Amino acid sequence: MKSERIAAIVGVAESDLGSTPGKTVLQLQAQAAKAALEEAGFAREEVDAVFTAGNWGWSPTMMLAEYLGIQPKYTDGTNIGGSSFEAHVGHAAAGIANGLFDVALITYGSTQRSDRSRNRIPPAVTLTEQFERPYGLPTPVGAYALAATRHMHQYGTTREQLAEIAVATRKWAALNEKAMMRDLITIDDVLSARPIAEPLHLLDCCLVTDGGGAVVVASAAAARRARTKPVWILGHGETHTHHSITNMPDLTVTGARESGRQAMEMAGVRHEELDVVEIYDSFTITVLLTLESLGFCGPGEGGAFVSSQRTAPGGDFPMNTNGGGLSYCHPGMYGIFLLIEAARQLRGECGPRQVPEAKLALVNGTGGVLSSTATVVLGRD
Amino acid sequence: MSNGRPIPVRDGDSTPFWNGVDQHELRIQQCQACAAYVFYPRSICPHCFSDQLIWNVSSGRGRIYSYTVVHRSFGPFEQEAPFVVAIVELEEGVRMMTRIVGPASQVKVDAPVRVTYERVDDDLTLPYFQLEETR
Repeated sequence: MKSERIAAIVGVAESDLGSTPGKTVLQLQAQAAKAALEEAGFAREEVDAVFTAGNWGWSPTMMLAEYLGIQPKYTDGTNIGGSSFEAHVGHAAAGIANGLFDVALITYGSTQRSDRSRNRIPPAVTLTEQFERPYGLPTPVGAYALAATRHMHQYGTTREQLAEIAVATRKWAALNEKAMMRDLITIDDVLSARPIAEPLHLLDCCLVTDGGGAVVVASAAAARRARTKPVWILGHGETHTHHSITNMPDLTVTGARESGRQAMEMAGVRHEELDVVEIYDSFTITVLLTLESLGFCGPGEGGAFVSSQRTAPGGDFPMNTNGGGLSYCHPGMYGIFLLIEAARQLRGECGPRQVPEAKLALVNGTGGVLSSTATVVLGRD
Repeated sequence: MSNGRPIPVRDGDSTPFWNGVDQHELRIQQCQACAAYVFYPRSICPHCFSDQLIWNVSSGRGRIYSYTVVHRSFGPFEQEAPFVVAIVELEEGVRMMTRIVGPASQVKVDAPVRVTYERVDDDLTLPYFQLEETR
Protein backbone atom coordinates (compact mmCIF):
# COMPACT_ATOMS: atom_id res chain seq x y z
CA MET A 1 0.00 0.00 0.00
CA LYS A 2 1.28 3.40 -0.95
CA SER A 3 -1.53 5.75 -0.04
CA GLU A 4 -1.28 8.15 2.86
CA ARG A 5 -3.68 7.92 5.77
CA ILE A 6 -5.52 11.19 5.38
CA ALA A 7 -9.17 10.37 6.01
CA ALA A 8 -11.03 7.55 7.69
CA ILE A 9 -14.53 6.25 8.27
CA VAL A 10 -15.02 6.55 12.04
CA GLY A 11 -18.73 5.92 12.45
CA VAL A 12 -21.40 3.93 10.64
CA ALA A 13 -25.02 3.12 11.39
CA GLU A 14 -28.27 1.99 9.88
CA SER A 15 -31.68 3.35 10.78
CA ASP A 16 -34.67 1.07 11.17
CA LEU A 17 -34.79 -1.10 8.06
CA GLY A 18 -37.37 -3.12 6.20
CA SER A 19 -40.82 -1.63 6.49
CA THR A 20 -41.06 1.64 8.44
CA PRO A 21 -44.62 2.92 7.91
CA GLY A 22 -45.16 6.43 9.23
CA LYS A 23 -41.46 7.28 9.24
CA THR A 24 -40.08 9.99 6.98
CA VAL A 25 -36.82 10.04 5.06
CA LEU A 26 -35.62 12.79 7.42
CA GLN A 27 -36.41 10.74 10.53
CA LEU A 28 -34.52 7.74 9.17
CA GLN A 29 -31.49 9.86 8.33
CA ALA A 30 -31.56 11.61 11.71
CA GLN A 31 -31.73 8.25 13.47
CA ALA A 32 -28.78 6.88 11.51
CA ALA A 33 -26.77 10.11 11.78
CA LYS A 34 -27.20 10.28 15.55
CA ALA A 35 -26.16 6.66 15.96
CA ALA A 36 -23.13 6.99 13.68
CA LEU A 37 -21.92 10.13 15.46
CA GLU A 38 -22.45 8.51 18.86
CA GLU A 39 -20.46 5.50 17.74
CA ALA A 40 -17.63 7.81 16.64
CA GLY A 41 -17.89 9.77 19.87
CA PHE A 42 -18.41 13.02 17.96
CA ALA A 43 -20.82 15.80 18.83
CA ARG A 44 -23.18 17.07 16.19
CA GLU A 45 -21.33 20.41 16.40
CA GLU A 46 -18.16 18.78 15.08
CA VAL A 47 -19.78 18.02 11.72
CA ASP A 48 -18.65 20.64 9.25
CA ALA A 49 -19.57 18.95 5.97
CA VAL A 50 -22.90 17.40 4.91
CA PHE A 51 -23.40 14.93 2.08
CA THR A 52 -26.63 13.29 1.02
CA ALA A 53 -28.40 12.15 -2.13
CA GLY A 54 -32.09 11.83 -2.70
CA ASN A 55 -35.03 13.24 -4.56
CA TRP A 56 -37.30 14.14 -1.69
CA GLY A 57 -36.77 17.88 -2.12
CA TRP A 58 -35.26 20.33 -4.57
CA SER A 59 -32.19 20.60 -2.34
CA PRO A 60 -31.85 17.48 -0.19
CA THR A 61 -28.64 18.64 1.49
CA MET A 62 -30.21 21.91 2.61
CA MET A 63 -33.38 20.29 3.89
CA LEU A 64 -31.48 17.60 5.74
CA ALA A 65 -28.90 19.95 7.28
CA GLU A 66 -31.65 22.29 8.46
CA TYR A 67 -33.55 19.38 10.00
CA LEU A 68 -30.41 18.22 11.83
CA GLY A 69 -29.50 21.76 12.91
CA ILE A 70 -26.24 21.86 10.99
CA GLN A 71 -24.84 24.84 9.07
CA PRO A 72 -22.05 23.15 7.12
CA LYS A 73 -19.09 24.85 5.56
CA TYR A 74 -19.05 22.24 2.82
CA THR A 75 -21.96 20.48 1.17
CA ASP A 76 -22.29 17.92 -1.62
CA GLY A 77 -25.54 16.54 -2.99
CA THR A 78 -24.02 14.57 -5.84
CA ASN A 79 -26.68 12.14 -7.02
CA ILE A 80 -25.46 9.47 -9.41
CA GLY A 81 -27.87 6.85 -8.11
CA GLY A 82 -26.93 4.01 -5.80
CA SER A 83 -23.21 4.67 -6.07
CA SER A 84 -23.58 8.25 -4.78
CA PHE A 85 -22.31 7.40 -1.32
CA GLU A 86 -19.11 5.77 -2.54
CA ALA A 87 -18.59 8.94 -4.56
CA HIS A 88 -19.34 10.99 -1.44
CA VAL A 89 -16.63 9.12 0.46
CA GLY A 90 -14.19 9.96 -2.33
CA HIS A 91 -15.27 13.60 -2.35
CA ALA A 92 -15.00 13.77 1.44
CA ALA A 93 -11.49 12.34 1.32
CA ALA A 94 -10.54 14.89 -1.35
CA GLY A 95 -11.99 17.76 0.68
CA ILE A 96 -10.22 16.62 3.81
CA ALA A 97 -6.95 16.23 1.91
CA ASN A 98 -7.31 19.87 0.91
CA GLY A 99 -8.03 21.02 4.46
CA LEU A 100 -11.56 22.17 3.64
CA PHE A 101 -13.25 20.42 6.57
CA ASP A 102 -12.57 17.80 9.25
CA VAL A 103 -15.74 15.81 9.80
CA ALA A 104 -18.18 14.87 7.05
CA LEU A 105 -21.59 13.32 7.66
CA ILE A 106 -22.92 11.22 4.77
CA THR A 107 -26.51 10.03 5.03
CA TYR A 108 -29.25 8.37 3.03
CA GLY A 109 -32.86 7.57 3.75
CA SER A 110 -35.76 6.16 1.79
CA THR A 111 -39.33 5.14 2.49
CA GLN A 112 -39.93 3.68 -0.96
CA ARG A 113 -41.47 0.46 0.36
CA SER A 114 -44.04 2.20 2.53
CA ASP A 115 -44.66 4.87 -0.12
CA ARG A 116 -45.12 2.26 -2.86
CA SER A 117 -43.31 4.81 -4.99
CA ARG A 118 -41.53 2.49 -7.38
CA ASN A 119 -42.73 2.21 -10.94
CA ARG A 120 -44.97 5.22 -11.16
CA ILE A 121 -45.37 5.98 -14.84
CA PRO A 122 -45.12 9.68 -15.74
CA PRO A 123 -47.82 11.04 -18.09
CA ALA A 124 -45.27 12.82 -20.28
CA VAL A 125 -41.58 12.31 -20.86
CA THR A 126 -39.14 15.05 -21.68
CA LEU A 127 -35.60 15.47 -22.96
CA THR A 128 -33.65 12.30 -23.64
CA GLU A 129 -36.01 10.03 -21.70
CA GLN A 130 -38.62 10.42 -24.44
CA PHE A 131 -36.70 7.90 -26.55
CA GLU A 132 -37.04 5.09 -23.99
CA ARG A 133 -40.01 5.58 -21.69
CA PRO A 134 -42.77 5.13 -24.29
CA TYR A 135 -41.69 1.52 -24.91
CA GLY A 136 -42.64 0.39 -21.40
CA LEU A 137 -39.34 -1.07 -20.23
CA PRO A 138 -39.72 -1.42 -16.45
CA THR A 139 -36.79 0.36 -14.85
CA PRO A 140 -34.40 -0.44 -13.54
CA VAL A 141 -34.98 -4.21 -13.88
CA GLY A 142 -35.58 -4.19 -17.62
CA ALA A 143 -32.32 -2.41 -18.30
CA TYR A 144 -30.36 -4.95 -16.27
CA ALA A 145 -32.20 -7.72 -18.12
CA LEU A 146 -30.96 -6.28 -21.42
CA ALA A 147 -27.41 -6.46 -20.07
CA ALA A 148 -27.93 -10.03 -18.90
CA THR A 149 -29.31 -11.16 -22.27
CA ARG A 150 -26.32 -9.65 -24.03
CA HIS A 151 -23.81 -11.22 -21.64
CA MET A 152 -25.45 -14.63 -22.07
CA HIS A 153 -25.37 -14.25 -25.84
CA GLN A 154 -21.77 -13.12 -25.98
CA TYR A 155 -20.27 -15.49 -23.41
CA GLY A 156 -22.70 -18.33 -22.81
CA THR A 157 -23.39 -17.22 -19.26
CA THR A 158 -26.29 -19.18 -17.75
CA ARG A 159 -29.16 -18.44 -15.40
CA GLU A 160 -27.68 -21.07 -13.08
CA GLN A 161 -24.50 -19.03 -12.81
CA LEU A 162 -26.45 -15.89 -11.96
CA ALA A 163 -28.42 -17.92 -9.42
CA GLU A 164 -25.18 -18.88 -7.66
CA ILE A 165 -24.90 -15.24 -6.60
CA ALA A 166 -28.43 -15.08 -5.17
CA VAL A 167 -27.97 -18.37 -3.27
CA ALA A 168 -24.59 -17.38 -1.82
CA THR A 169 -25.83 -13.94 -0.80
CA ARG A 170 -28.80 -15.48 1.01
CA LYS A 171 -26.38 -17.62 3.04
CA TRP A 172 -24.73 -14.43 4.28
CA ALA A 173 -28.14 -12.94 5.07
CA ALA A 174 -28.94 -16.00 7.19
CA LEU A 175 -26.00 -14.90 9.39
CA ASN A 176 -27.22 -11.29 9.70
CA GLU A 177 -30.06 -10.70 12.12
CA LYS A 178 -30.87 -7.39 10.42
CA ALA A 179 -31.45 -9.04 7.04
CA MET A 180 -35.02 -9.12 5.76
CA MET A 181 -34.82 -12.46 3.91
CA ARG A 182 -32.96 -15.15 5.86
CA ASP A 183 -34.40 -18.48 4.73
CA LEU A 184 -31.92 -20.38 2.59
CA ILE A 185 -32.73 -20.80 -1.09
CA THR A 186 -31.51 -23.17 -3.79
CA ILE A 187 -30.44 -22.69 -7.39
CA ASP A 188 -33.74 -24.29 -8.40
CA ASP A 189 -35.66 -21.77 -6.30
CA VAL A 190 -34.01 -18.95 -8.26
CA LEU A 191 -34.59 -20.62 -11.62
CA SER A 192 -38.24 -21.37 -10.93
CA ALA A 193 -39.17 -18.01 -9.40
CA ARG A 194 -41.60 -16.02 -11.48
CA PRO A 195 -40.10 -14.11 -14.39
CA ILE A 196 -39.93 -10.32 -14.10
CA ALA A 197 -37.97 -9.29 -17.19
CA GLU A 198 -36.27 -12.26 -18.80
CA PRO A 199 -33.71 -13.55 -18.14
CA LEU A 200 -34.12 -12.04 -14.65
CA HIS A 201 -36.62 -13.68 -12.32
CA LEU A 202 -37.81 -12.58 -8.89
CA LEU A 203 -34.86 -13.92 -6.89
CA ASP A 204 -32.38 -12.29 -9.27
CA CYS A 205 -33.77 -8.93 -8.09
CA CYS A 206 -33.04 -6.85 -5.01
CA LEU A 207 -35.58 -6.27 -2.30
CA VAL A 208 -37.70 -3.14 -2.10
CA THR A 209 -37.39 -1.85 1.48
CA ASP A 210 -37.35 1.30 3.56
CA GLY A 211 -34.24 2.31 5.42
CA GLY A 212 -31.47 4.78 6.02
CA GLY A 213 -27.82 4.84 6.81
CA ALA A 214 -25.03 7.17 7.86
CA VAL A 215 -21.27 7.24 7.52
CA VAL A 216 -18.96 9.66 9.35
CA VAL A 217 -15.69 10.50 7.59
CA ALA A 218 -12.97 12.26 9.58
CA SER A 219 -9.56 13.72 8.93
CA ALA A 220 -6.62 11.82 10.41
CA ALA A 221 -6.44 14.40 13.20
CA ALA A 222 -10.14 14.11 13.99
CA ALA A 223 -10.00 10.31 13.69
CA ARG A 224 -7.52 10.23 16.58
CA ARG A 225 -10.29 11.61 18.83
CA ALA A 226 -12.81 8.99 17.69
CA ARG A 227 -13.93 6.08 19.86
CA THR A 228 -13.69 3.66 16.97
CA LYS A 229 -10.75 2.13 15.18
CA PRO A 230 -10.22 4.12 11.96
CA VAL A 231 -11.17 2.55 8.66
CA TRP A 232 -8.84 4.34 6.28
CA ILE A 233 -9.92 5.53 2.85
CA LEU A 234 -6.98 4.25 0.86
CA GLY A 235 -8.27 4.82 -2.64
CA HIS A 236 -11.32 6.00 -4.50
CA GLY A 237 -12.53 6.41 -8.08
CA GLU A 238 -15.73 7.19 -9.91
CA THR A 239 -17.20 7.56 -13.36
CA HIS A 240 -20.42 7.41 -15.28
CA THR A 241 -20.68 6.04 -18.76
CA HIS A 242 -24.28 6.82 -19.77
CA HIS A 243 -27.68 7.81 -18.42
CA SER A 244 -30.11 5.69 -20.44
CA ILE A 245 -29.44 2.01 -21.02
CA THR A 246 -29.62 2.34 -24.82
CA ASN A 247 -26.54 4.52 -24.62
CA MET A 248 -24.40 2.18 -22.54
CA PRO A 249 -21.33 1.76 -24.73
CA ASP A 250 -21.06 -2.00 -24.10
CA LEU A 251 -23.83 -3.78 -22.18
CA THR A 252 -21.30 -6.21 -20.70
CA VAL A 253 -18.75 -3.73 -19.29
CA THR A 254 -19.49 -1.26 -16.49
CA GLY A 255 -17.68 1.89 -15.44
CA ALA A 256 -16.13 -0.14 -12.63
CA ARG A 257 -13.34 -0.91 -15.07
CA GLU A 258 -12.33 2.76 -14.75
CA SER A 259 -13.43 3.60 -11.20
CA GLY A 260 -11.95 0.37 -9.87
CA ARG A 261 -8.65 0.95 -11.61
CA GLN A 262 -8.50 4.48 -10.17
CA ALA A 263 -9.29 3.31 -6.65
CA MET A 264 -6.89 0.36 -6.67
CA GLU A 265 -4.05 2.36 -8.16
CA MET A 266 -4.52 5.11 -5.59
CA ALA A 267 -4.56 2.54 -2.81
CA GLY A 268 -1.68 0.62 -4.34
CA VAL A 269 -3.37 -2.72 -3.75
CA ARG A 270 -3.66 -5.82 -5.91
CA HIS A 271 -6.78 -7.94 -6.28
CA GLU A 272 -5.35 -10.86 -4.34
CA GLU A 273 -4.62 -8.64 -1.33
CA LEU A 274 -8.31 -7.85 -0.75
CA ASP A 275 -9.96 -9.78 2.08
CA VAL A 276 -13.58 -8.85 1.50
CA VAL A 277 -15.55 -7.17 -1.29
CA GLU A 278 -18.90 -5.46 -1.11
CA ILE A 279 -20.41 -5.11 -4.58
CA TYR A 280 -23.72 -3.45 -5.32
CA ASP A 281 -26.18 -6.26 -6.05
CA SER A 282 -29.25 -4.56 -7.42
CA PHE A 283 -29.55 -7.68 -9.55
CA THR A 284 -27.46 -10.82 -9.88
CA ILE A 285 -26.16 -9.62 -13.24
CA THR A 286 -24.89 -6.39 -11.64
CA VAL A 287 -22.48 -8.43 -9.53
CA LEU A 288 -21.29 -10.59 -12.39
CA LEU A 289 -20.57 -7.62 -14.68
CA THR A 290 -18.88 -5.73 -11.85
CA LEU A 291 -16.56 -8.61 -10.95
CA GLU A 292 -15.39 -8.71 -14.55
CA SER A 293 -15.13 -4.95 -14.90
CA LEU A 294 -13.12 -4.66 -11.69
CA GLY A 295 -10.71 -7.24 -13.09
CA PHE A 296 -11.27 -10.05 -10.58
CA CYS A 297 -11.68 -12.20 -13.68
CA GLY A 298 -11.59 -11.67 -17.43
CA PRO A 299 -14.46 -10.58 -19.68
CA GLY A 300 -16.99 -13.39 -19.91
CA GLU A 301 -15.47 -15.31 -17.01
CA GLY A 302 -17.84 -14.00 -14.34
CA GLY A 303 -20.16 -16.99 -14.55
CA ALA A 304 -17.37 -19.46 -13.90
CA PHE A 305 -15.91 -17.16 -11.23
CA VAL A 306 -19.02 -17.24 -9.02
CA SER A 307 -19.75 -20.96 -9.54
CA SER A 308 -19.65 -23.56 -6.75
CA GLN A 309 -20.74 -20.98 -4.14
CA ARG A 310 -17.36 -19.30 -4.21
CA THR A 311 -18.77 -16.04 -2.76
CA ALA A 312 -20.70 -17.74 0.07
CA PRO A 313 -19.63 -17.95 3.73
CA GLY A 314 -16.61 -20.22 3.83
CA GLY A 315 -15.84 -19.67 0.14
CA ASP A 316 -12.55 -18.19 -0.96
CA PHE A 317 -14.11 -14.93 -2.16
CA PRO A 318 -16.21 -13.42 0.66
CA MET A 319 -18.64 -10.99 -0.99
CA ASN A 320 -21.71 -9.07 0.12
CA THR A 321 -21.31 -10.31 3.64
CA ASN A 322 -24.38 -8.55 5.07
CA GLY A 323 -26.73 -10.38 2.70
CA GLY A 324 -26.68 -7.63 0.10
CA GLY A 325 -29.44 -5.78 -1.63
CA LEU A 326 -30.73 -9.18 -2.68
CA SER A 327 -31.52 -10.37 0.86
CA TYR A 328 -30.63 -7.80 3.57
CA CYS A 329 -32.20 -4.51 2.55
CA HIS A 330 -32.51 -2.29 -0.49
CA PRO A 331 -34.07 1.11 0.04
CA GLY A 332 -33.56 2.39 -3.51
CA MET A 333 -30.02 3.74 -3.41
CA TYR A 334 -28.25 1.00 -1.53
CA GLY A 335 -24.61 2.12 -1.79
CA ILE A 336 -24.30 3.49 1.73
CA PHE A 337 -24.95 0.02 3.19
CA LEU A 338 -21.95 -1.41 1.32
CA LEU A 339 -19.76 1.09 3.17
CA ILE A 340 -21.37 0.33 6.52
CA GLU A 341 -20.75 -3.40 6.13
CA ALA A 342 -17.17 -2.97 4.90
CA ALA A 343 -16.34 -0.75 7.89
CA ARG A 344 -17.80 -3.29 10.32
CA GLN A 345 -15.91 -6.15 8.67
CA LEU A 346 -12.63 -4.24 8.94
CA ARG A 347 -13.36 -3.47 12.61
CA GLY A 348 -14.03 -7.17 13.23
CA GLU A 349 -17.56 -6.63 14.55
CA CYS A 350 -19.54 -8.99 12.37
CA GLY A 351 -19.98 -11.97 14.68
CA PRO A 352 -21.09 -15.10 12.83
CA ARG A 353 -20.51 -13.51 9.42
CA GLN A 354 -17.11 -12.02 10.24
CA VAL A 355 -14.46 -12.62 7.59
CA PRO A 356 -11.41 -13.71 9.58
CA GLU A 357 -8.53 -11.24 9.66
CA ALA A 358 -10.20 -8.81 7.26
CA LYS A 359 -7.74 -5.98 6.70
CA LEU A 360 -8.53 -4.69 3.22
CA ALA A 361 -11.94 -4.22 1.64
CA LEU A 362 -13.15 -3.07 -1.75
CA VAL A 363 -16.54 -1.43 -2.08
CA ASN A 364 -18.13 -0.84 -5.47
CA GLY A 365 -21.36 1.07 -5.90
CA THR A 366 -23.39 1.03 -9.11
CA GLY A 367 -26.08 3.58 -9.87
CA GLY A 368 -28.83 4.18 -12.36
CA VAL A 369 -29.03 1.55 -15.08
CA LEU A 370 -25.40 0.40 -14.82
CA SER A 371 -24.78 4.11 -15.43
CA SER A 372 -22.43 5.18 -12.66
CA THR A 373 -19.86 3.39 -10.59
CA ALA A 374 -17.79 4.52 -7.65
CA THR A 375 -15.17 2.36 -6.00
CA VAL A 376 -13.56 2.76 -2.59
CA VAL A 377 -10.68 0.77 -1.10
CA LEU A 378 -10.72 0.70 2.69
CA GLY A 379 -8.18 -0.66 5.16
CA ARG A 380 -7.51 -0.88 8.86
CA ASP A 381 -4.30 -0.31 10.77
CA MET B 1 -56.47 10.45 -26.08
CA SER B 2 -53.59 8.72 -24.37
CA ASN B 3 -54.14 5.53 -22.38
CA GLY B 4 -51.80 6.83 -19.74
CA ARG B 5 -48.79 5.81 -21.77
CA PRO B 6 -46.01 8.39 -21.35
CA ILE B 7 -46.16 10.85 -24.23
CA PRO B 8 -42.90 12.23 -25.65
CA VAL B 9 -42.71 15.99 -25.28
CA ARG B 10 -41.47 17.20 -28.66
CA ASP B 11 -38.70 19.76 -28.34
CA GLY B 12 -35.98 21.53 -30.28
CA ASP B 13 -34.05 18.28 -30.68
CA SER B 14 -36.78 15.71 -31.08
CA THR B 15 -39.51 17.32 -33.18
CA PRO B 16 -38.06 16.29 -36.59
CA PHE B 17 -37.76 12.70 -35.35
CA TRP B 18 -41.33 12.41 -34.11
CA ASN B 19 -42.70 14.25 -37.15
CA GLY B 20 -40.89 11.64 -39.24
CA VAL B 21 -42.41 8.78 -37.28
CA ASP B 22 -45.85 10.29 -37.86
CA GLN B 23 -45.09 10.04 -41.58
CA HIS B 24 -43.64 6.51 -41.26
CA GLU B 25 -40.10 7.70 -41.81
CA LEU B 26 -37.23 6.87 -39.44
CA ARG B 27 -35.11 10.00 -39.33
CA ILE B 28 -31.68 9.99 -37.74
CA GLN B 29 -28.99 12.61 -37.69
CA GLN B 30 -25.59 12.52 -39.34
CA CYS B 31 -22.62 14.66 -38.41
CA GLN B 32 -21.30 16.74 -41.32
CA ALA B 33 -17.85 16.94 -39.73
CA CYS B 34 -17.09 13.31 -38.82
CA ALA B 35 -19.82 11.52 -40.83
CA ALA B 36 -20.98 9.54 -37.80
CA TYR B 37 -24.68 8.87 -37.41
CA VAL B 38 -26.24 10.13 -34.21
CA PHE B 39 -29.26 8.93 -32.24
CA TYR B 40 -31.01 10.21 -30.12
CA PRO B 41 -31.17 13.58 -31.86
CA ARG B 42 -29.17 16.43 -30.37
CA SER B 43 -27.59 19.76 -31.19
CA ILE B 44 -23.98 18.64 -30.91
CA CYS B 45 -22.15 15.58 -32.19
CA PRO B 46 -21.19 13.33 -29.25
CA HIS B 47 -18.29 11.94 -31.29
CA CYS B 48 -16.48 15.08 -32.49
CA PHE B 49 -18.39 17.97 -30.83
CA SER B 50 -19.32 19.55 -34.15
CA ASP B 51 -22.64 21.37 -34.24
CA GLN B 52 -23.16 20.58 -37.94
CA LEU B 53 -25.79 17.85 -37.88
CA ILE B 54 -28.18 17.05 -40.70
CA TRP B 55 -31.21 14.76 -40.86
CA ASN B 56 -31.20 11.58 -42.94
CA VAL B 57 -33.78 8.87 -43.41
CA SER B 58 -32.58 5.54 -42.05
CA SER B 59 -32.93 2.32 -44.03
CA GLY B 60 -34.99 1.10 -41.10
CA ARG B 61 -33.03 -2.14 -41.05
CA GLY B 62 -30.84 -3.39 -38.26
CA ARG B 63 -30.13 -6.18 -35.80
CA ILE B 64 -31.19 -6.87 -32.25
CA TYR B 65 -28.35 -5.87 -29.90
CA SER B 66 -30.23 -7.15 -26.87
CA TYR B 67 -33.77 -7.74 -25.70
CA THR B 68 -35.90 -8.72 -22.74
CA VAL B 69 -39.30 -10.32 -22.46
CA VAL B 70 -41.12 -8.18 -19.92
CA HIS B 71 -43.50 -10.16 -17.73
CA ARG B 72 -44.21 -7.69 -14.97
CA SER B 73 -44.92 -4.11 -15.86
CA PHE B 74 -46.81 -1.18 -14.48
CA GLY B 75 -49.46 1.41 -15.19
CA PRO B 76 -50.51 1.53 -18.82
CA PHE B 77 -48.09 -1.27 -19.72
CA GLU B 78 -49.33 -3.77 -17.13
CA GLN B 79 -52.01 -5.25 -19.36
CA GLU B 80 -49.67 -5.53 -22.35
CA ALA B 81 -47.26 -7.99 -20.67
CA PRO B 82 -45.63 -10.15 -21.81
CA PHE B 83 -43.99 -7.98 -24.44
CA VAL B 84 -40.50 -7.70 -25.93
CA VAL B 85 -38.41 -4.56 -25.48
CA ALA B 86 -35.17 -4.47 -27.42
CA ILE B 87 -32.21 -2.31 -28.26
CA VAL B 88 -31.83 -2.40 -32.03
CA GLU B 89 -28.62 -1.44 -33.77
CA LEU B 90 -29.46 0.15 -37.12
CA GLU B 91 -27.35 -0.41 -40.22
CA GLU B 92 -26.11 3.14 -39.76
CA GLY B 93 -24.51 2.06 -36.48
CA VAL B 94 -26.74 3.79 -33.96
CA ARG B 95 -28.82 2.05 -31.32
CA MET B 96 -32.39 2.75 -30.31
CA MET B 97 -34.85 1.29 -27.86
CA THR B 98 -37.97 -0.23 -29.36
CA ARG B 99 -40.47 -3.07 -29.14
CA ILE B 100 -40.23 -6.22 -31.21
CA VAL B 101 -43.59 -7.33 -32.59
CA GLY B 102 -44.37 -10.96 -33.34
CA PRO B 103 -43.74 -14.16 -31.40
CA ALA B 104 -41.34 -13.66 -28.49
CA SER B 105 -40.00 -17.19 -28.87
CA GLN B 106 -38.39 -16.27 -32.22
CA VAL B 107 -36.59 -13.19 -30.91
CA LYS B 108 -32.82 -13.66 -30.75
CA VAL B 109 -29.81 -11.43 -30.26
CA ASP B 110 -28.36 -10.46 -33.66
CA ALA B 111 -31.61 -11.32 -35.49
CA PRO B 112 -32.22 -8.97 -38.44
CA VAL B 113 -35.18 -6.66 -38.00
CA ARG B 114 -37.01 -3.97 -39.93
CA VAL B 115 -38.91 -0.95 -38.70
CA THR B 116 -42.68 -0.91 -38.58
CA TYR B 117 -44.98 1.78 -37.26
CA GLU B 118 -47.39 1.11 -34.44
CA ARG B 119 -50.17 3.53 -33.67
CA VAL B 120 -50.35 2.93 -29.93
CA ASP B 121 -53.13 5.43 -29.34
CA ASP B 122 -54.79 8.39 -31.06
CA ASP B 123 -51.92 10.73 -30.23
CA LEU B 124 -48.87 8.53 -30.57
CA THR B 125 -47.19 6.42 -33.20
CA LEU B 126 -43.99 4.60 -32.23
CA PRO B 127 -41.33 2.94 -34.35
CA TYR B 128 -41.41 -0.76 -33.51
CA PHE B 129 -39.39 -3.47 -35.25
CA GLN B 130 -40.34 -6.86 -36.69
CA LEU B 131 -38.15 -9.86 -37.41
CA GLU B 132 -37.18 -10.02 -41.08
CA GLU B 133 -38.01 -13.76 -41.25
CA THR B 134 -41.58 -13.23 -40.09
CA ARG B 135 -42.47 -10.76 -42.78
